[in-house]
Amino acid sequence: MSKQLYINTRRLTRLILRRDRIRIPVWLLSLSVLTFIVANAFTSLYSTEQERQIAAETMRNPAMTAMLGPGYGLDNYTNGAMMAHQMLLFTALAVGIMSILFVARHTRADEEEGRIEMIRSLPVGRLSNLQASILVSVGANLLLALIIGFGLYALGIKSMDLEGSLLYGAALGAIGIIFTAITALFAQLTVTSRGTIGFSIAILLLSYLIRAIGDVSNQALSWFSPLGWVLSSEVYVNNYWWPILLTIGVSFILVIISLYLNAIRDLEAGFIPAKPGREYASSFLQSPLGLALRLQRTGLIAWAVGMLILGASYGSVLGDIESYFSNNEMMEKMLTPAAGFSLTEQFLTMLMKIISMICTIPPLMAIFKLKGEEKKNRTEHLLSRAVSRSRLMGSYCIVSIVSAFVMLSLAAIGLGAVGNSVMEEGIPFGTFYSAAMAYLPAIWVMIGIALLFIGLAPKLSSLTWVYLTYSFFVIYLGGLLQFPEWMGKLSPFGYIPQLPIEEMDFMKVSILTIIAIVLMVIGFIGYKKRDIQG
Amino acid sequence: MSVLKTSNLTKKFGGFTALNGVDIEVNKGEVFGFIGPNGAGKSTTIRILLGILKATEGEAKIFGMDVWKDAVEIHKRIAYVPGDMNLWPNLTGGEVIDLFVKLRGTNNKSRREELIKKFNLDPSKKCRTYSKGNRQKVALIAAFSSDADLYILDEPTSGLDPLMERVFQECVMDAKREGKSILLSSHILSEVEKLCDKVAIIRQGQVIETGTLNELRHLTRTNLLVETKEALSSLHEIKGVHNIEKKGQAYSFQVDSVELDNVMKYVSQFGIVKLESAPPTLEDLFMRHYEGAGKTSNTGAGGAL
Repeated sequence: MSKQLYINTRRLTRLILRRDRIRIPVWLLSLSVLTFIVANAFTSLYSTEQERQIAAETMRNPAMTAMLGPGYGLDNYTNGAMMAHQMLLFTALAVGIMSILFVARHTRADEEEGRIEMIRSLPVGRLSNLQASILVSVGANLLLALIIGFGLYALGIKSMDLEGSLLYGAALGAIGIIFTAITALFAQLTVTSRGTIGFSIAILLLSYLIRAIGDVSNQALSWFSPLGWVLSSEVYVNNYWWPILLTIGVSFILVIISLYLNAIRDLEAGFIPAKPGREYASSFLQSPLGLALRLQRTGLIAWAVGMLILGASYGSVLGDIESYFSNNEMMEKMLTPAAGFSLTEQFLTMLMKIISMICTIPPLMAIFKLKGEEKKNRTEHLLSRAVSRSRLMGSYCIVSIVSAFVMLSLAAIGLGAVGNSVMEEGIPFGTFYSAAMAYLPAIWVMIGIALLFIGLAPKLSSLTWVYLTYSFFVIYLGGLLQFPEWMGKLSPFGYIPQLPIEEMDFMKVSILTIIAIVLMVIGFIGYKKRDIQG
Repeated sequence: MSVLKTSNLTKKFGGFTALNGVDIEVNKGEVFGFIGPNGAGKSTTIRILLGILKATEGEAKIFGMDVWKDAVEIHKRIAYVPGDMNLWPNLTGGEVIDLFVKLRGTNNKSRREELIKKFNLDPSKKCRTYSKGNRQKVALIAAFSSDADLYILDEPTSGLDPLMERVFQECVMDAKREGKSILLSSHILSEVEKLCDKVAIIRQGQVIETGTLNELRHLTRTNLLVETKEALSSLHEIKGVHNIEKKGQAYSFQVDSVELDNVMKYVSQFGIVKLESAPPTLEDLFMRHYEGAGKTSNTGAGGAL
C-alpha cells in the first residue's frame, strides 16, 4: 500500500490525544486503582492459608467456573492465584468495553457525524484516521498493561511476583488490543456507530458466554473465545506467555483486514448493508404506550437479561454460604443473627435488599425517559396531537411499573433456580419469589418520587438518583458501619419486611403503597399544569 | 366565522415578557400569515395555541374551545408542522408518519401515499439518516395526510428545496380550496405574499400591524419611477416623497399612499415621458416597520433580522 494512504497520521494522533486527554487518563486510572484496591483487599481479607483454602473450596463448583473461569491453583490458593482467578476476567471485560467505546468514537461515530469528511478534504491519507485511532488505543492499552503490571508488583504482596504481575497487565492489555482490532473491523462493516458498538459488545459478551459454556463442559470450546485465551495464561501460577502472543497476533491480522477494507470502501459506506426499515408503523407502535415501549425496547431487554444473570450469579454462591460466613468476620457483621433460621436464609434477606434496589434502576430510567424526550422537544410531537398529558405520562408510568415487576421477578427466578441447584437443602421457590415481591411497594414509592419531580420540578429530578444511592448505602452498609436505625427508616426500602425471617407486614406495605399513589397523583396533576420545556 | 382567536395573550418567562397582549383572529377558509423576525414571539404564540405553554394572561380559543383546557379535543381537528423537528433516530420516516397521523385519530392512506410520492421521500429510511429537508417532509406529509380543519405551520419550508417549496404551496392551496384554515408563520415573505389573505406582523411580543395585504399596502408607500421632459426640481420639498434616487435620466422614489394624488399633480407639470409604479412588496412593509424600530430596539432575545 502506498505511503499516500497514511499521510498526516501523526497529526491526527495528536488530535485524538487532545480530544481524549481527560477520557483516557480517567479510564486508565480507574481500572488500575480498582485493581490495586481489590488486590489489597484480598490480601487483608484472606491473610491465612486456611482462610484462602476455604475460599478455594467455594470455587469448586460449575457455577463459579462459569462465572469466573476455570479454577487453577486451587490446591495452593495464594493471594496471587485468587486475584487472577476472581478479578482478571471482569477487569478484562471492562478493558474490552473501554477499547470498543474508544475506537468506535474515533472511527465510525466521527464518520457518521460528517467530521471525517472534513478531515478527508484536507491533505490527509485515506487510512490515516483509522491508523491513528488504532495507534492511540493500542498505546493506551500498553500503558495500562505496564501500570497494572508494575503497580501490582509494587504492592509487595508475597505471591505476586514481577513476572506474574507483568503477565496480569499484559493479559488485560491484550484483551484491550484485540477488541481495538475487532471494533476497527466492525467500524468498516457497519454504517452507524450504534452498529459498531453493538456488534463489538455482542462479540465481547459472546466470548464470555462461549468461555463459560466451554469451561464447564468442553474446554475445546473455550478456544473460540479471546477471553478463554488470556485466562489460559494462568497468571501467578504457571505464567504462560504464549496465549498473550496468540491474542496479539490475531489482533494484528484483524487490523490488517480492517485497514484493507477501509482502503477499498467509500466514505460513509459499510459492508453490512443497512436494511431498509418498515414503511408503515405496526399497529402496536401507533399509541403513546407503544412508542414508549418501542423507544426503550433494547434497553429494557438488556436490563431484563442482566437481572436474570444477576439473580443467577447470586444464586450460585448460596450453596457455600454456611462455610463461607463462618470464616468471614466482615460478612458476619453485615447480618443480624436470627434464631431458627439458617445463615443462607439470613443472607437471602440481604441479597433481596440489594437486588430490589438494583431492580429500581430500570423503572426509574423508564420514567425519566419522559423527561429526556421533553428535553429533546419530542413530547411536543405527541402533545400537539390528540394526546393528553395524563395519557402520555400514564404510558411511561405503566412501562415503569411493569418493568419493576418484570425485573424483580426475573432476578428472583434466577436466584431461586440457580440457588436451589447448588444448595444441598433447597429453599422453596415461593420463598424467594415472595421475598422479592415484598419490595415492590418500595420501588413504587421511588417511581412516585420520580413522577413528583417530573410533574413539579423536572430540573431537580436527579435527586431521585441521589435518594436511591442513599438508600443503597444505608441499607447495604448500614449494619456494617453501625449507622443508627433512623437512617434506614428514611428510605422506603427500610420499611419492607425481610421475608422469610420476618413476618409479612401488610400494614406497612399498604401505607407505602398509598404514599406511592399519592406521590404519583401529585406528579400527574403537576405535569398537567406546567409548561412543556425544551 | 372565527376559527382561532386570541385576546390580550401574554406570556412571561420569569422577568422576561415574551408576548405582550397579542390579538390575532383567523377566520374559516383563510390563510393567515404570521410574520416577524427570530425571537419576536411567533413560536411562543404557536406553542400557547397548542396548549404546550400556558398563557400568563389573556385568552386563546380555537373552534371556540380553550387551548389549554380542551387541548386534546382541539388537537383532533388541527395539524401542526414545527420549523425543526427532533425525530426518534431509530424509527423510520414511514413509522413516524403513521404514528403522528394515528395519534390525531383520522387516517387517509391514499393521501399518505400520494404525498410521499409528491414530496419524494423514502419512508423506509431511519430518521437518523434524514437531512433537515427530509425531516421537514415527514412533518408536512403527516400534517397534510390528516383531515384537519386548521393547519398551524411554523416556518414549514425551512430546509426545503425550491421544488418542494412549490409542492408545499400546492398543498396549502388545496387545503384552502377545501375550506380549511391555515396559520402560517414564516419569514420567507414572498411565500407569505403568495399564499396569505391576511397578515399580522409581530415585533417584541406585540402585533404591530394586522390586516389584509391590501389594507396594509394602503398604509404605506408606492414605488415610482418617473422620467420627465423638463428636469424635475425640488422633488424633495414635496410632502410624502421619500428615498429619492436619480437613475440616469429618471428618478425613482417612494410616495406615501395618501399623498399620491398631490405628488402626481406636481410631477405631471414637468411632462411625463415614462412612468412605472409598483405596489410595495411585503418586504418593503416589513423593513419599514423594523427600520423605524431598529434604532430604539436592541432588547429581546435575538430580535434582529
